[in-house]
Amino acid sequence: MSVTETAMELKADFAALSVKERLSLLLEFSENLPELPPRYSEHPDLLERVEECQSPIYLFVEVADAKVSLFFSAPPEAPTTRGFAGILSEVLDGQPVAEVLALDEDFPSTLSLAEAVSPLRLRGMRAMLARIKRQVTEKSS
Amino acid sequence: MPVALDSSPKFQGYAHPEVLVSAKWLNEHLGDADIVVVESDEDVLLYETGHIPGAVKIDWHTDLNDPITRDYVDAAGFKSLMERSGISRDTTVVIYGDKSNWWAAYALWVFKLFGHSDVRLLDGAREAWTGAGYEFTKDEPSISPSEYPLVPRDDKTIRAFRDDVLAHFGNPLLDIRSLQEYTGERTHMPDYPDEGALRSGHIPSAVSVPWARAVNEDQTFKSREDLAAIYEGEKGLKPEQSVIAYCRIGERSSHSWFVLKYLLGFDNVRNYDGSWTEWGSLVGVPIVKGAEPGLAPAAR
Repeated sequence: MSVTETAMELKADFAALSVKERLSLLLEFSENLPELPPRYSEHPDLLERVEECQSPIYLFVEVADAKVSLFFSAPPEAPTTRGFAGILSEVLDGQPVAEVLALDEDFPSTLSLAEAVSPLRLRGMRAMLARIKRQVTEKSS
Repeated sequence: MPVALDSSPKFQGYAHPEVLVSAKWLNEHLGDADIVVVESDEDVLLYETGHIPGAVKIDWHTDLNDPITRDYVDAAGFKSLMERSGISRDTTVVIYGDKSNWWAAYALWVFKLFGHSDVRLLDGAREAWTGAGYEFTKDEPSISPSEYPLVPRDDKTIRAFRDDVLAHFGNPLLDIRSLQEYTGERTHMPDYPDEGALRSGHIPSAVSVPWARAVNEDQTFKSREDLAAIYEGEKGLKPEQSVIAYCRIGERSSHSWFVLKYLLGFDNVRNYDGSWTEWGSLVGVPIVKGAEPGLAPAAR
């Protein structure tokens, strides 16, 4: 599926749920966030910290053959942040550079999560998306 | 029936030993009919990853704050929150949370705005439970229906507004933010999102005690002696003085408010929840930059 298709599907999935169920879905993304491969888990200095997030999260972007790979690290005691990372990973990981850069920066606000987690917390996900796009731009130029 | 107090020797040293319980005590009293355990975290999903059996969740953003006005829930909102949490006016409420009970103390402060009498914190925060060898569960609590009266929020006794701060000059102010925020090097907490303030620095004459100095490494509160050495010894605050504490949005300062009021016995402490996100953007109020408190302007 393309970035746009996955984004639309997630938007519809969240919108169809009750507020409580939205949190459960976010928790699933949090629990399923892939582990870091050893080349990053053994070298945390290579990861970039997203300061705007309420809890510490580190991310790393690789670009190869015009496709984007994403890696995240956030502690289990920060499940919301992990959940945000899991959603962005689902939508963007493995996708072409052009599609990643084209994802609307407002995408986090379209997920019907504001009521469940509060608009302030959602800012962390917007910041994460902005960092990803910036790294993709740098690494694909 | 009032629920028994935790008689742990450590707590007996505090001015109000009745406001703290240990994990061991809580485990022994989990089944008591008159207790409701509340988890209140910074992370809105942490409760869902596992919580103390039977605990209900109260979130600072989505439950305690009004969604429109920058304010707390009103009498009807609090009544509704209490009833959906199974809390009656005479329930013993034990609150715990992440980050050394930072948000738990904030929730406790809001409970006190509505005069709920028996509210306690789990000493050692969320970690104390697993640290003592007890398990978390993902099972949803079964909540017993409760009735809670409509109680007006008391915004005078433990809460200060900006005009109260202006009128307070000449009395002690306590800034509990990080040193970088206090000196004006930055407007928000290191590693946290910027909630916005147009100026940086501190309120004139405020002394700096970053909130986390009140806790040990294991997230339990420091002993009475250690706390007194910081706030009374090092900073010269006196329990009979009127003190206003502030931070960025009033959450970290709730933790210090709790320490001063209940552990050290300061009778007249208020939390200025407008805090730096208000003061640092307010037109025409005085600000001091740098590590020194600076002189208090005339009260107005």
